[in-house]
Amino acid sequence: MNNSFKEKAMQLVFLLAACASIIAVILICVFIFGNGIPAMQKIGIINFLTGTLWEPFANVYGILPMIVGSIYVTVGAIIIGVPVGIFCAAYMARFCGPIQYRILKPAIDLLAGIPSIVYGFFGLVVIVPLMQDIFGTSGKGILTASIMLGIMILPTIITVSESSIRAVPDSYYEGALALGATHERSVFATVLPAAKSGITAAVILGVGRAIGETLAVSMIIGNQPIIPDSILSGARTMTTNIVLEMGYATGLHREALIATAVVLFAFILIINLLFTLIKERSARNE
Amino acid sequence: MNRMNRLATYKGRPGSLVIRLLVDLSALLTVIVLISLVGYILIKGIPHLNLDMFQWTYTTENVSMMPAIINTLSITALSLLVAVPFGVFSAVYLVEYAGRGNKLVRIIRLTTETLSGIPSIVYGLFGFLLFVVALGWSYSLLAGTMTLAIMILPLIMRTTEEALKAVPDSYREGSFGLGAGKLRTVFKVILPSAVPGILAGVILGVGRIVGETAALIYTAGTVTGVATSLFSSGRTLSVHMYALLSEGLYMNQAYATAVVLLVMVIIINAISGFIAKKVANK
Repeated sequence: MNNSFKEKAMQLVFLLAACASIIAVILICVFIFGNGIPAMQKIGIINFLTGTLWEPFANVYGILPMIVGSIYVTVGAIIIGVPVGIFCAAYMARFCGPIQYRILKPAIDLLAGIPSIVYGFFGLVVIVPLMQDIFGTSGKGILTASIMLGIMILPTIITVSESSIRAVPDSYYEGALALGATHERSVFATVLPAAKSGITAAVILGVGRAIGETLAVSMIIGNQPIIPDSILSGARTMTTNIVLEMGYATGLHREALIATAVVLFAFILIINLLFTLIKERSARNE
Repeated sequence: MNRMNRLATYKGRPGSLVIRLLVDLSALLTVIVLISLVGYILIKGIPHLNLDMFQWTYTTENVSMMPAIINTLSITALSLLVAVPFGVFSAVYLVEYAGRGNKLVRIIRLTTETLSGIPSIVYGLFGFLLFVVALGWSYSLLAGTMTLAIMILPLIMRTTEEALKAVPDSYREGSFGLGAGKLRTVFKVILPSAVPGILAGVILGVGRIVGETAALIYTAGTVTGVATSLFSSGRTLSVHMYALLSEGLYMNQAYATAVVLLVMVIIINAISGFIAKKVANK
């Protein structure tokens, strides 16, 4: 009697603990959307999303420059990080010997563990001066941020791609080899296409990480709230908009920042949805 | 000789040679990026380390990072105290109790995945709105702790789940066969044998907490002293570094802080690698 009560009680405890993540998501949605959406309505949703001016002191809040900035740096990070990441994953899964692997694996784990503030600092003291020298600009801008983010998403892309490349059955590779293809051709024409959904998932995770990165970007992107006209020009992302102004914002200004988070959150939800869809599709294929 | 043979295989196959070079180059590039990053910060930073930076109280002269280190330790410990029980218990529910095709499980997985995709600045804003403003805790250790606990929850859940799944079914059957109940089996047999896997997840969580900045600036705040109670504000080491950089006056101290942060991360990674190896050997 006593025992079965304890069993039942603990089962309930486990169940309640498992609901914690559901409650957390609900709370986050309630507080972010609940505070952000009224602000959007006050400003006017169209004005807010398509306005090109962000002038808190004049009560003008348009976040199109930030949306564009976020998309630019994310695309830049993908262009830089994805090819290197996939090639490196292929190297780890199909090319390297055990000694190289023993060096590379911890190196990539370390890259993943380095705090974003340290990345930002490195960008500020190394990449920014480098850009100044090469292009004669301020050095802060889309290109600098893209390079930094490209490095920051490398571990995500490499780890996820590597495990999906490893999951491809050896028979694919051996079959191609038996047909006379070189090692490289076997890997890149049979194994990688078979790992396509896993690699896509890796890229999507990388997009999520790039679009959500805040402090590293805020130090090297220049932070001007304007629509950038070249990859060297300064810009501001949605994340940096929040972190820069939250400290002193009050009233509608603060609400507009929360509304920025709503838009960012919407982007993340779409990315998550894509990720889940791809994962489910690949699970069904297996 | 061997090398000549390998080169010969690329004769008439320039595409393969190009790919081979790109693959090697990418791997090399990744390592070079890491080495230059770590090397640059260590070489530039270590000369700026001095004992003044480790004094117990912060002043504008010594710019001590000691209070920040203590705050980092207390926030880490407190966040784990909240997140680990929740994370482990929910993983136990998912693996040991929930039936296959359970609707709730699908929702839990969906929400956990959503949580792990949310950027830290959104966590920071949420923590600010709920803990700091709505609950009236103001900038405090507690607000920062709760925010980070939610942030690392999905990580702890996922690693614990994997660790539990790796426990062979024969353990469960053996325990049931000896007459133990479900609860006893979970606590005396399954969880103990999953400890290394869970620990690896916890250490990853520690790494995330130590490196976190954006979620803490507007929850735990940026006060320079040691937080003496749950309701007092204090900056962690990462936030300390952010504050130094945004003030722009303390570049040398920022270098030194970066060194300490990097060393912490390297130690954390070494521990987690060591545990992961132990798990794999078992």
